[in-house]
Amino acid sequence: MRSIRAAAVGAVTMSLALAASACGGGSSTGGGSNDSPKTLTYWASNQGASIEVDKKVLQPELDKFEKQTGIKVKLEVVPWSDLLNRILTATTSGQGPDVLNIGNTWSASLQATGALLPWDAENFGKIGGKDRFVDSALGSTGAQGKDPAAVPLYSMAYALYYNKKMFADAGLSKPPATWDELIADGKKISTGGKWGLGAEGSNLSENIHHAFVFGKQHGADFFTSDGKPDFTSEKAVAAIKQYVDLMATDKIIAPGNAEYAQNQSLSDFAKGKTAMVLWQTASATLKNLGMKDDDWGVAPVPVPSGTPGTGTNVNSMVAGINLAVFKNTRNRDGATKFVKFMTSDDEQKLLNTAYGSIPPVRSAQSDAAFNSPATTVLKDTLAKSAAALPQVADESQFETTVGTAVKELFADAAAGRPVTTASVKAKLEKAQQQMPAK
Amino acid sequence: MTTTATVEARGRTASTRSPGAARGPRRTGRIRRIGLPYLLLLPALLLELLVHLVPMAIGIVMSFKELTQFYIRDWGTAPWSGIDNYRMSVDFNAPVGDALLHSFLVTCGFTLLSVALCWLIGTAAALYMQDTFRGRGLLRALFLVPYALPVYAAVVTWAFMFQHDNGLVNHVLHDQLHLTDEPSFWLIGGNSFVALLTVSVWKGWPFAFLIVMAGLQNIPKDLYEAAALDGAGLWQQIRRITLPSLRPVNQVLVLVLFLWTFNDFNTPYVLFGRAAPQAADLISIHIYQASFVTWNFGTGSAMSVLLLLFLLVVTGAYLALTSRGRRRADA
Repeated sequence: MRSIRAAAVGAVTMSLALAASACGGGSSTGGGSNDSPKTLTYWASNQGASIEVDKKVLQPELDKFEKQTGIKVKLEVVPWSDLLNRILTATTSGQGPDVLNIGNTWSASLQATGALLPWDAENFGKIGGKDRFVDSALGSTGAQGKDPAAVPLYSMAYALYYNKKMFADAGLSKPPATWDELIADGKKISTGGKWGLGAEGSNLSENIHHAFVFGKQHGADFFTSDGKPDFTSEKAVAAIKQYVDLMATDKIIAPGNAEYAQNQSLSDFAKGKTAMVLWQTASATLKNLGMKDDDWGVAPVPVPSGTPGTGTNVNSMVAGINLAVFKNTRNRDGATKFVKFMTSDDEQKLLNTAYGSIPPVRSAQSDAAFNSPATTVLKDTLAKSAAALPQVADESQFETTVGTAVKELFADAAAGRPVTTASVKAKLEKAQQQMPAK
Repeated sequence: MTTTATVEARGRTASTRSPGAARGPRRTGRIRRIGLPYLLLLPALLLELLVHLVPMAIGIVMSFKELTQFYIRDWGTAPWSGIDNYRMSVDFNAPVGDALLHSFLVTCGFTLLSVALCWLIGTAAALYMQDTFRGRGLLRALFLVPYALPVYAAVVTWAFMFQHDNGLVNHVLHDQLHLTDEPSFWLIGGNSFVALLTVSVWKGWPFAFLIVMAGLQNIPKDLYEAAALDGAGLWQQIRRITLPSLRPVNQVLVLVLFLWTFNDFNTPYVLFGRAAPQAADLISIHIYQASFVTWNFGTGSAMSVLLLLFLLVVTGAYLALTSRGRRRADA
């Protein structure tokens, strides 16, 4: 009997302690040093079709860097689903990489933690100056009025990818330019197991990118000018309802897309099940999925009316990846050299070609390699009609709370439950109330 | 008694040889006698302190702080917020508390169902495996497969099977058996509770099976023979002999299953990702979201502490009740 009691007490203590120690933490201080000048650790985000592809692309470049400088770079490619948590853990423990990739929309959130090295004029000077980078990319490097927390590395924008054959089969000669046209075209295509448009309904980041663009088109910003969440305005509600209605009432998105979060909509596109997707830099992945470059076309993301531009005709967020240095790096000079290397003209051309993205470095962007029809659309969008997500400290929470609200609304739409202005508003209210209290 | 006697004897022999013997062998011997078990426990206690109690204490401190991304790099500098985090967590009229209560109730329902099903299936299987028959060993090994598989791999496979368009579950239920008019969603919306429960029971019952099977080995065979002679049928034997004899085993089993299920994080996380559907919003995921998704680490810690208190109370009450019941039965 006694041993059973002891076992029970032991099991209880273990489980309870585990429950309570879910949150742990430490602290870190200092602004970096040069104690360890010969090595660097680099966390790269997963840009290519797989982590293996990324290693193949990056390793030769890192070897080149080692030859030039004698600094060995240890590479780790981190999947997107883990990246933010990994950065957060590294921030808390102080045990992070020296150099890392961050999603550019997180810049202001991560800047607020104080873990990233600020890029003041002096630091920018070491990598050739701020003027080397295009403005739209610099717009997503941190809060306004503060030194950037990161340097742009790859730029991307959303575009409408369409399947040429499916369009021809439906008697359509050109891609839609406005939402009305897209819905009309989508309805023509959505028959017999085929669907007009794809979506990733359970992918929070994807949801928030579209919510933001639809928001811009309705004149909603999601944050007030002093950085407070403003998710429930009439315009924001209308914007998100319009997006979810593509499935709920227009019925041009397959209900099954509500649970997609692993790029399944892109593979549906490649298989000819879905005729259109709104995507950023899909070309490399489409090739991987077995599509020939002639099978698909690229057009700007539709706008309410007219042509894409600023204001309510914004049709993309400024998407991209930034390169940041952890403040407590033990190889500050080496880290800066590495950033200089990765943003040099040659590397920019090479890396952005490999990933199908656009160089945020002006001189590299004008290279002939980035003049294909697909990249021209993306370049134009970035230059004329893309807007940066709100650069506020709570941006990453906005991504998850509103992204979750959209996911739940898609779940409603998929199950045939009505998506109404009231239900959208209720979900957005819940999202706003989850934001950290100020 | 034998172990105590040996320790006592050893303690005495050692004390006569030690320099401290001048102060009287009896006294030192008693100190040794009392001290030795504690000395032996010391490494475990130290580790327990380091691995569990220190983080727990830190968690409790954090729960009184306003810990957001502005302070996580050096959380000691985060401003104190008094009991604000707790007040927010239990204010059921406000959104944070309301969501926590919802998640708590979902978890309670889920845990009760999952533990009950795990226990029922495990016990039934163990009873069935009592008889020797051809292939028993193979079947027994098969039953333990879910318990042996890595959780992540197993749950990911379930997630594939539950997919709306290409999943095996819909293929069987809809395409082959025609039980549903349309393929159902299992990973989003209301059905997600059923999906979660299925995986949880699939994962949990082999443990119940294993423990009950071990417990059954300890029941003397002659009890059954005597009962059979007296004319007791199978059901009566189970009710009057098997279940009462398994009582102490079941006491621990149910408690451990309860704690594991209540705190389960892996299953919902792998199945649904970082934003679980409302119907399957288990408290562990909910606290994770509060902490790591909305970066309200203070509130997340407060919720963890509340969960800890709840589990302590429930467990304490459970242990008190069941052991009192047993004492009465023993008397």
